[in-house]
Amino acid sequence: MSFVFPNIMSDIQIVEAPPGVEGSGFFATSLDKAIGVARSNSLWPLPFATSCCGIEFMATMGSHYDLSRFGAERLSFSPRQADLLMVMGTIAKKMAPVLRQVYLQMAEPRWVMAVGACASSGGIFDTYSVLQGIDEIIPVDVYVPGCPPRPEAIIDGFMNIQKLVQTESGRRREDPKYQELLAKYGIQ
Amino acid sequence: MGKISNEELLQKLSSKFDSKLANVTEPYGLLTFETTREDLIEVLSFLKTDLQFIHLTDITAIHYPELEKPFAVVYHIHSLVNGIRVRLKVFLAADDVHIPTASDLWNGANWMERETYDFFGIIFDGHPDLRRILNVDDMTAFPMRKEFPLEDPNRIDKKDYFFGR
Repeated sequence: MSFVFPNIMSDIQIVEAPPGVEGSGFFATSLDKAIGVARSNSLWPLPFATSCCGIEFMATMGSHYDLSRFGAERLSFSPRQADLLMVMGTIAKKMAPVLRQVYLQMAEPRWVMAVGACASSGGIFDTYSVLQGIDEIIPVDVYVPGCPPRPEAIIDGFMNIQKLVQTESGRRREDPKYQELLAKYGIQ
Repeated sequence: MGKISNEELLQKLSSKFDSKLANVTEPYGLLTFETTREDLIEVLSFLKTDLQFIHLTDITAIHYPELEKPFAVVYHIHSLVNGIRVRLKVFLAADDVHIPTASDLWNGANWMERETYDFFGIIFDGHPDLRRILNVDDMTAFPMRKEFPLEDPNRIDKKDYFFGR
């Protein structure tokens, strides 16, 4: 009697090593690139979900779309452990200081993704009580359009964040350009 | 105790406050009348203690910029015992938006008056803690007043040059 094992493993893609020098028994690359690969495939997102975009995010985390395939299995509900702040939904002006506080509590390096029209620009809520885009209070790396965006769009935004992370320098917080950006928002 | 009708209620009110009630109407069967801010607390106390209107449903305001007295403060009161509701309005001039507080009669009036202050800038004299309740503390305008634009001035993606205008 014999078992037939279907060859399911062949479809699985493993992250490629960064460019480097390879020889018998060694592989050399720069530390930035190695760290970039590691970071980008193990991002811990902090979901800051306030409305319908948050529902789409739940679908994105679910088995059908499964954001864990991109290394974001572990959501962090503590900003201190999170790498990526995903802002999904309308941010009222009264919520703005809370969001800013969450961002300030995140450790460097940190990235921010504005998911959906409301987080990016205020969306349909062009009114006195709603923040007209979170980039009025914190810097944003990737904007995902849509009202709400489909899970594919959120994944596309996430993959763009991964590209940014891969090419990030090892110590971004010492970069004068980055410090200048933060200073524009009155951070440090 | 059974339900009392609008006519009976109006009779009881007008026998006590004959000249102090104005513009009595019954839109959709809801007895509505106006009074002045000097008589307001007296009328409200009578409604609460003598006629058992123990439930203050809502306090709000309306801005009619075209009127001589543009701010109407509206009280909705409900007598659970008698099964009847009543609506009371007080009109205020734009440069004198003071009105006595109802929070001594109903504790629930506290937050309703704060909300009315927050959105219309009506000042309730004698309120224990009159400050904004829903909007951000540093807001400078009273957003439900008609002179205040609804849109946020920081919005840039609706500017004409994005649409070739």
